[in-house]
Amino acid sequence: MDNINFSKEELERYSRHLIIPEFNIEGQRKLKAAKVLVVGTGGLGSPLLLYLTAAGVGNIGILDFDRVDETNLQRQVLFTVDDVGRPKVEAAKERLEKLNPHVNFTTYDVQLTSANALEIIKDYDVVADGTDNFPTRYLVNDACVILGKPNVYASIFRFEGQVSVFNHQFKDGTFGPHYRDLFPTPPPPGLVPSCAEGGVIGVLPGIVGSLQANEVIKVISGVGEPLAGRLFLFDALTFETRTLKLHKDPNTPKIEKLIDYEQFCGIGGDAKEEKKVKEISVQELYDMQVKGEDYQLIDVREPYEYEIANLGGELIPLKMVTSNIDKISSSKKVVVHCRSGARSAQAIEALKRKYGFDNLYNLKGGILAWADEIDQEMAKY
Amino acid sequence: MAKVIIPTPLRKFTENEGSIQTNGTNIQEAIEQLTEVYPELKKHIFDDGGNIRNFVRIYVGDDDIKSLQNEETPLKEDSVVSIIPAIAGGSI
Repeated sequence: MDNINFSKEELERYSRHLIIPEFNIEGQRKLKAAKVLVVGTGGLGSPLLLYLTAAGVGNIGILDFDRVDETNLQRQVLFTVDDVGRPKVEAAKERLEKLNPHVNFTTYDVQLTSANALEIIKDYDVVADGTDNFPTRYLVNDACVILGKPNVYASIFRFEGQVSVFNHQFKDGTFGPHYRDLFPTPPPPGLVPSCAEGGVIGVLPGIVGSLQANEVIKVISGVGEPLAGRLFLFDALTFETRTLKLHKDPNTPKIEKLIDYEQFCGIGGDAKEEKKVKEISVQELYDMQVKGEDYQLIDVREPYEYEIANLGGELIPLKMVTSNIDKISSSKKVVVHCRSGARSAQAIEALKRKYGFDNLYNLKGGILAWADEIDQEMAKY
Repeated sequence: MAKVIIPTPLRKFTENEGSIQTNGTNIQEAIEQLTEVYPELKKHIFDDGGNIRNFVRIYVGDDDIKSLQNEETPLKEDSVVSIIPAIAGGSI
């Protein structure tokens, strides 16, 4: 650690760290020597990357396969209007280099998979998980357990956040609990709120991602008590916080290799359900409209989604569909749609199975496809 | 009366109630009361065999009921029960 030196500019930049007695130049040296991989540069990744960069973590890996989208800007404070359409890792690196030129950045414009995770993660000391889906959560966890790396975890939903430090190596060499000790298996896809039923208040990832950045810095510097063996919960609506104890579960199977996480999370099966129902493209629906064909259009989204954008269909939210079958025609062609096509497929599947409807067509790609292909003025969400 | 805190993802089954009071004397009674009032919650907390699902944890205070007496864990007047589901959001 003694070979880590600072220039005059760096000493000045980090002076507010250097004058904290328990942090001092030793803590700063550890930060500069550290290698941290941030998985996901979204709501959580934005504050994480900004603070880790500003704090002087010497080597930061940025991993994300996505492009910056208009809907990101409500919470992903790393990006600006000019970045829309650009690869996230590229825009992030450019922004962060301006913030701190003394940091080395490595970008990965890829999706983390079972095939590349070990190879990418092995070069890092700490992983910060800011992803948005269960398969990647389990993948990051398992790769960290196999490689013996700490996984600084945070997750958010609407107004609620969770933070923990998984797989932390204590001074006696033992490892703390990890994600599978908390949740051995993920919820099946049907029980998880779908994309449009989810949502998140924009400030929440800022709060939770900053807590996550603080834990990364504690893990690296050895200062304080990392949130290992504990789960922190934050409810932004009630401002209630809870810190719960986490234990290693003796029943958690030993993780020896990475698996197919899409299958583990039951995601393959869901796609099949979408395929079993009859489909119609947005172009075909448009043609039917133009020709004035007799059909019924049903929208199974929620009323607040209908207000953002709609195709003028009859609104029957998914959970009300089977109790409103009298409103659904069984004689003429019925087109059912939602935001992207998943909920409408579920509705059709249920109506077919329970009531034998065979005149229902799923609008492929939902209202998003309509906005892309037919009406560019329509708001996407 | 003990308090049961409902996590955000399950509030759509509790008419958006964030917490409820229960006079159950243990976890089993409290959860039974809860699912009687809000039947839709049941399948989100229990599997078909009636076991607490693998992606839901139940805490009394800051302790997992697994490290206490599971569903038999007694509740006091001032106990706070937390239902903790797996959530995955982050970069969305």
